[in-house]
Amino acid sequence: MKKEKMSEDTTPRNSIDLAAARATLERDGGKRMWQSLDELCDTAQFRDFSHNEFPANAEKDDGINRRDVMKLMAASAAMAGLSACTKLPTEKIVPYVRPPEEIIPGRPLFYATSMPQAGVSLGLLVESNMGRPTKIEGNPEHPGSQGGTDSFAQGSILNLYDPDRLRNVVFEGGLSNWADFASTMDNARVNFGTKGTGLRVLTGTVTSPTLGSQLKKLQAQFPEAKWHQYEPSGGDGVREGTRLAFGKPMNPVYHFELADVIVSLDADFLSFGPGHTRYARDFSRRRDLAAGPDAKLNRLYVVEPMTTSTGSMADHRWPLRASEVEAFARQLAVAVGVSIPGGAPASTAVPADAVSAIGRDLSAHRGASIVIAGEHQPPFVHALAHAMNAALGNSGKTVVYTESIEVSPVNQMDSLRDLVNDLNAGKVEFLLILGVNPVYTAPVDLNFGSALQKAKTRVYSGLLSDETGVLCNWQAPASHYLESWSDGRAYDGTVSITQPLIAPLYENHSIHEVLSLLTVDTGKSSHDLVHDYWASQRAEKGAAFEALWQTSLHDGVMAGTALPAAAVTLRSDFVQQAPAAQAAAGGLEIVFRPDPTIFDGEYSNNGWLQETPKTVTRLTWDNAAMIGPATAQKLGLAMSDYVVLRLSGMEAKAGVFIVPGHVDDCVTVHLGYGRSRGGKIASGAGFDANLLRTSTAPWMASGLQIVKTGQTYALASVQHQYSIDFEGHPADFASQTAFRRDLVQIGTLDDFKKNPAFAQNEENQVDYHATSLYPPYKYDGYAWGMSIDLNRCIGCNACVVACTSENNVAVVGKDQVARGRAMHWVRVDTYFRGNLDAPEVYYQPLPCMQCENAPCEYVCPVGATTHSPEGLNDMTYNRCVGTRYCSNNCPYKVRRFNFYLYSDFNTPSLFGVRNPNVTVRSRGVMEKCTYCVQRINAAKIRSEVENNRTIADGEIVTACQQACPAEAIVFGNINDPNSRVSKLKAQTRNYGLLVDLNTRPRTTYLARVRNPNPEIRA
Amino acid sequence: MPQIFHRSANALSRFSIIGAVVLLTLLSIALWEITVSPWYTYQDETQQQPVPFSHRHHAGELGIDCRYCHTSVEKSSFAGLPPTQTCMTCHSQIWTNSEMLEPVRTSYRTNESLSWTRINSLPDFVYFDHSIHVAKGIGCTTCHGPIAEMPLTYRAGTLYMSWCLDCHRQPEKYVRPKSEVFNPFYEPPSGEKQLELGRQLVKEYKIRSLQHCSTCHR
Repeated sequence: MKKEKMSEDTTPRNSIDLAAARATLERDGGKRMWQSLDELCDTAQFRDFSHNEFPANAEKDDGINRRDVMKLMAASAAMAGLSACTKLPTEKIVPYVRPPEEIIPGRPLFYATSMPQAGVSLGLLVESNMGRPTKIEGNPEHPGSQGGTDSFAQGSILNLYDPDRLRNVVFEGGLSNWADFASTMDNARVNFGTKGTGLRVLTGTVTSPTLGSQLKKLQAQFPEAKWHQYEPSGGDGVREGTRLAFGKPMNPVYHFELADVIVSLDADFLSFGPGHTRYARDFSRRRDLAAGPDAKLNRLYVVEPMTTSTGSMADHRWPLRASEVEAFARQLAVAVGVSIPGGAPASTAVPADAVSAIGRDLSAHRGASIVIAGEHQPPFVHALAHAMNAALGNSGKTVVYTESIEVSPVNQMDSLRDLVNDLNAGKVEFLLILGVNPVYTAPVDLNFGSALQKAKTRVYSGLLSDETGVLCNWQAPASHYLESWSDGRAYDGTVSITQPLIAPLYENHSIHEVLSLLTVDTGKSSHDLVHDYWASQRAEKGAAFEALWQTSLHDGVMAGTALPAAAVTLRSDFVQQAPAAQAAAGGLEIVFRPDPTIFDGEYSNNGWLQETPKTVTRLTWDNAAMIGPATAQKLGLAMSDYVVLRLSGMEAKAGVFIVPGHVDDCVTVHLGYGRSRGGKIASGAGFDANLLRTSTAPWMASGLQIVKTGQTYALASVQHQYSIDFEGHPADFASQTAFRRDLVQIGTLDDFKKNPAFAQNEENQVDYHATSLYPPYKYDGYAWGMSIDLNRCIGCNACVVACTSENNVAVVGKDQVARGRAMHWVRVDTYFRGNLDAPEVYYQPLPCMQCENAPCEYVCPVGATTHSPEGLNDMTYNRCVGTRYCSNNCPYKVRRFNFYLYSDFNTPSLFGVRNPNVTVRSRGVMEKCTYCVQRINAAKIRSEVENNRTIADGEIVTACQQACPAEAIVFGNINDPNSRVSKLKAQTRNYGLLVDLNTRPRTTYLARVRNPNPEIRA
Repeated sequence: MPQIFHRSANALSRFSIIGAVVLLTLLSIALWEITVSPWYTYQDETQQQPVPFSHRHHAGELGIDCRYCHTSVEKSSFAGLPPTQTCMTCHSQIWTNSEMLEPVRTSYRTNESLSWTRINSLPDFVYFDHSIHVAKGIGCTTCHGPIAEMPLTYRAGTLYMSWCLDCHRQPEKYVRPKSEVFNPFYEPPSGEKQLELGRQLVKEYKIRSLQHCSTCHR
């Protein structure tokens, strides 16, 4: 048989040629799986990364020439020789004077707390080692988490230890102190008398009942004082949408676990918005196929402009411009029987027969379907979604409405605009800004920075001395959520208390304490403020309350505080208020979205999250002008072109990134980048998309112009890195499981019903045991293994950040990432299938496979990587001499090498975040995933100390498994046929990667099964 | 053509070849001796401490149980170093005016920790766990030496990996009955008898000879 060697036959291209990419796909019959445009175009860069473990470009261009290298080598050899002459230093050991309760040195403690995510609480369990919080986990008791987390929560702990944090009170740019600040606030309180004319407070979204009561007290005390709210990532769409539909802002709570059919109108509900972590769990539980062919999968339809995590999970996805979503919503509303006077437009990019098929599917699942509108869609789209849910009998079943979880659900853009108007009119004497950064996040037309300076006294409380802080007279360092007492409500209204894990690291105070200085509660600690508020609110008094308080702290939730379902009636006249159905405006459209890793800028200075490859684009350290392939061809734009984005007089410069599946004639930009004062990590990363936003069109606008500058802007995407080489394998593009080495096995539900073992292809059925020259290992005790369900993975990267946190994985920076040297032990490989404009998207989390016949083990000359009696491929850092043979021999490309001293050995504040049970690796050392061997060892020791009992199934969870909101990763003992992992591996969908190499990986996958509507032709 | 080298050059070359070999051997021996010398390993060396604490007095003569001070030895990887409060349980009653104990009282008064110099310290890439060793019948003195006879504490072993592996390879040579783990005066039976007892205990306590890397390194 002729083996195709396509990449050897031709010379590689130097850049991406979209026409060539289309031709390649055309040739391969549209069924081919592909990872990147570079792969389709077979660029030189792709070949480099694909064929060489260490690409050629990683070896040069360091700004050092050969002579320098020789000099440095000679010098370092001499130094190394000298260092061997030193003695190990003696260490100090410092006991407590009086030991605290509960702490057993060397054993971690876990405390329940909660973090605010755009104001909404997510329940957490935080690991504390000798008093320092080191790792975030989800709280299984909390409704918003159920044990899962997202990448923001995982990364948030690094914000606590951020060396750039504001540490002292600053007055007019000079060092001050808390006492002076407090007395200034005291004076202000006295001077405001009984009216408080000119007093303004600005916060983000507030769900905290305590903060709410404080603000109410403030308003009672100073009737003319005003409280403004502005949360940059939005929420106005939901508030105004429910106001339009029901007459007042309500809080919709979705029950994805009950929904058979889901239609998302540009809603990335798996990644953003209140409850997204819980929604990911509920959604993925409906993608479970443990029941075999009888399993009832849900079906997801998505229309959206930019390819998102939710869009990738869709069974049917249509790229649709954000402004066209309303037209689609109208069509769908008509299809499910909602009458709209204006009617529906004749056509959108979604074919008419598909719309009616979706309508039929929804109608066939009355009371068991969901139509959900995106946070950033206009209110009318939300109202239409509510009307459809009402018409489909979903209200009260899959969609439950409660009173708003916010203390005061106002239109925040109006609220901010009012503040700016008052500032400009000189009405503001004293402005207190609590934990928000409007100078950076506010739309550019409000010109918040210059308006702000018209207030006489400006007081700011935040983590960093950021864009807003520097313009304020007083900057008071705020407490991180891990340092302060607070409270908040989850997506369903459940109250969770935030309890601190550590005393304030610096001179910082919580926003409760800062605000209390202006009220009668002045001088109270945040603990007393939160505790006393709840003592006054609850019916339980005295000892009964204290018991409740302790229970609530222990559990992380105050039981029974979820808001009850409220009866809602759809306003009959909402459709009259609809904006006239209009033909889509011509020209280019721009869409603004929070960033998948650094959100609205809250995590700009977080190295872990900056380096996490973003879902779909796998871009790190930057945002970009993201466009679809057809638009790129039309406008003659190439990857990394540096362009000017011009929108009615505003402009910003950005690099171009071509995203498969992105809608045409539209540019998506992520917020949170281009910080001028965001800290060392944030500086220089990306561009400020807020410069293009106006308060009237904060999420989408039309009339965008793109002007080429002729320059290029280097973007560090890892999408074409670590791609698994397929050279020498026969191409079989026509098969359903089309990637040439069958890395991602896919099928439809019909395929699965017909042949449940569709993922068992020819190659992984071969019994390779007999073909090995080596005797097989024997595993008498435990044998660890992992199963990853591709049907559940939503590509959210929570596992990547969790692994970084658990295993002290270093941050390397943009330049090193571009050279293929990112250190992540688990990566989420992203595959596309089908054409460039609307491909299917598949995710594959890839940790170390812990091969039975591990290629890495055979080649290590110093025995630094060896086979453990439980089947792990141990990696011993202190033995490694850095030959990199192991990495060169790893077909899965999961090994990472410390080319430089990536770990920070110098910044004291960063020592706090390290896991004390994992070595911090130095330069010249190879590292890789070990299935969290520190957790395995801890559990084994515990079990053997406890009378040599057996470790229970589920007792050991790896960091990636624990973080996964979708429960896609399961780890356990494969020697026990009753363990969860064994049962998963026994499923017919189970398959291994590259089993033809006879590596016999311990990590195996469960094939993805899609559930397309048979009435809709793909 | 005259000889370039005089005949004596032969002797010189022989001498230098042999000399080089001898020199290299001596150098290797010297290096080896340095690496195993107490100067380098801290073995058998006492350290300057804030208080000249005597294990011989407390654990030996007074018979205070190891766990009175090292409270977490059965529960945690770390045996635990007594907080000042533990010292003061007795020393608020006895030796209250002793000059020697002034740092302890100062610590208790000022809430400033005593700062001891660590005697038994392992490199940061080694993860040793006390609780499992104690639970499997490895006595304190097996690693820490004749602690009840030490007026000032010193490191009893080299704490080298080979020293750890001596036991990990042949646990039967060192294991003792669980009841004797905290007995600082325990005398293991001699020779063959220990091996016999050891083999029986290894079976009884389900001791495995763990030698793979991730047992200690990760």
